[in-house]
Amino acid sequence: MTGDAEAFNRFVEHFRAKIFHYTWLMCGQREDAEEVAQDTLLRVFESFGQLREPERVRPWVFRIARNACLMKRRKSVFAPSQELSLDDLLPTWNDEGGHGKLQIADWSDLPDRQVLQDEMRQAIERAISAVPENYRSVILLRDVEELSTLETAQILDLTEDVVKTRLHRARLAVRQKLDEELRTGDRALHRHAKGGYHGAA
Amino acid sequence: MEPHEHSEECKEIVSLLSEYLNLELPPGACQEIDAHLAGCPPCIEFVESLRKTVELCKRYQPAELPEPLNIEARAQLENAYEKMLNARKKASL
Repeated sequence: MTGDAEAFNRFVEHFRAKIFHYTWLMCGQREDAEEVAQDTLLRVFESFGQLREPERVRPWVFRIARNACLMKRRKSVFAPSQELSLDDLLPTWNDEGGHGKLQIADWSDLPDRQVLQDEMRQAIERAISAVPENYRSVILLRDVEELSTLETAQILDLTEDVVKTRLHRARLAVRQKLDEELRTGDRALHRHAKGGYHGAA
Repeated sequence: MEPHEHSEECKEIVSLLSEYLNLELPPGACQEIDAHLAGCPPCIEFVESLRKTVELCKRYQPAELPEPLNIEARAQLENAYEKMLNARKKASL
């Protein structure tokens, strides 16, 4: 290779992992995620001349990945989009004895800003994977990849208002799922929250 | 404090919480939410659980990693990269 091998390796390593993770959580298939990552990187190099704003390379790559992911899904299983109702995502209100209380887990044990342990990471993975696809793609881009509302809207061909609505419902759905695990699990998440985390992020 | 009821106002607040946490609301709306939260412990509890959900998503790193690139896939990418560099050189002449 005659080009800048180090730049090539850094770019491929970084984006291949990012695209793989996004596609893996969207498709749920390792093989599909590997193929989408490869197809996306090839397309990125082939069409690099079309990138007008180099500082916006990340959303540009994700838009190509999203299209490759859609193509892959069209070849496999067609999944109709689902709508999440706000009312279904709110916690139940318990008014026994005249003193209202939300039916909600105790989240106070979960520390902020620390590296996630395996149990919690798996719980988040399950929660995100359970969110309908049209919402999942938004939470993956906005909260996991930390792209902006505008970037996410451009990647997914949505308006910014739709991104905001879907992000909120996706967060509520993930919150609800984690809440269920915290309440009905064997307290493993709490145990890990208290003693199983390590190091500051 | 008076027994709290799961009011329409609470639902209204909940519908705005992501924008509130993202600091995307106008100052007036933020102040209204702050005022509501100051008198509504259940909503505070709920906001906290949503805020932690967002934090957890932001800290989430999948454990699954792609397989190392095989020789053929790497060669394909290197070839595409070389072509890209050559095209850029030509374009800059």
